[in-house]
Amino acid sequence: MPDADYRLYLMASAAIFTIGFYSMLTQAHLLRRIMAFNVMGCGVFLLFITLAARAPGPVPDPVPHAMVLTGIVVSVCATGLALALAGRVQTVTGKTELEPGEDAGGRSGAAHHGSSA
Amino acid sequence: MGALSWAALSLPAKPPGLAKASLDRLGESGVAHPVTAVLLNYRGYDTLLEVGVLLLALAGAWSLGRGEQPAENPQSRPLLLSLLRVLLPMLLLAAGHLLWIGAFAPGGAFQGGALLGGALVLLILGGLARRALKRERCLRAGLALGVLVFAGIAAVTMALTGGLLQYPPGAGGALILVIETAAMVSIGLALGLLYLGGQPPEGARRSLLATPPDHA
Repeated sequence: MPDADYRLYLMASAAIFTIGFYSMLTQAHLLRRIMAFNVMGCGVFLLFITLAARAPGPVPDPVPHAMVLTGIVVSVCATGLALALAGRVQTVTGKTELEPGEDAGGRSGAAHHGSSA
Repeated sequence: MGALSWAALSLPAKPPGLAKASLDRLGESGVAHPVTAVLLNYRGYDTLLEVGVLLLALAGAWSLGRGEQPAENPQSRPLLLSLLRVLLPMLLLAAGHLLWIGAFAPGGAFQGGALLGGALVLLILGGLARRALKRERCLRAGLALGVLVFAGIAAVTMALTGGLLQYPPGAGGALILVIETAAMVSIGLALGLLYLGGQPPEGARRSLLATPPDHA
């Protein structure tokens, strides 16, 4: 593959990461944030795969591939846990976003949880 | 984004890479596919910790409380049931196939585990996993199987060869297959159970008899 193609993939990975990072900062809905976090991860995976393909040799470098495979599983785990937490936030507070002044909401949420248990 | 692009583009165009080093020793690793060799031989501890992370994520989700499963009567969805009848055996077969070809082609425990997880999610959606989900002790044993087998083999090989996950010469292939099989079962269970978003719902009678859940 000519070098310009690798440059395209590298810039695409930076773009994907930036899109995810921007949404992570601007979106309040927890589900959207979790998705943004996954988009950021995809950017990193694309970067790794591109670097693996660019390495000299007859086949792509297997070490970044293995790291991406590990990364995918870890990001699936983190997403699953984050979704469970977001679901819990919605059950306890009835909201799908975190409030800026979290202190009062957090305490009343904890009290609510205590009474229901 | 400009800064990130610049950083990505300024990486060395011809990195030395580890491709040559990993391909040179492939014959000793016990498998013929470089990615599997990296995952389960050269950098086996990564994978051991990764299976641990999966278990940790599920423990975290379970500590949040009981999840829900669709309370629908499976008989009310005939299309889903007839799809499952065709799909489930194929998923199981494909998972086993991926596990086996992982030694010399793209595939392995994680890919097979993902298919098993998908099969479990379909079972839960179809309302067919209700009884299985109540047997929590079996679920826990299955979930822990991957880490326990992996850590056990790591301990034994460490006693034999003195290195962490440094397999005795010639035994790599068989040990990797054992680890991958156990890991695939655990990965599939963990991914499928994460779908519930919490501990499996319990029957009323069972909750009186059950010992307090131990999240340690």
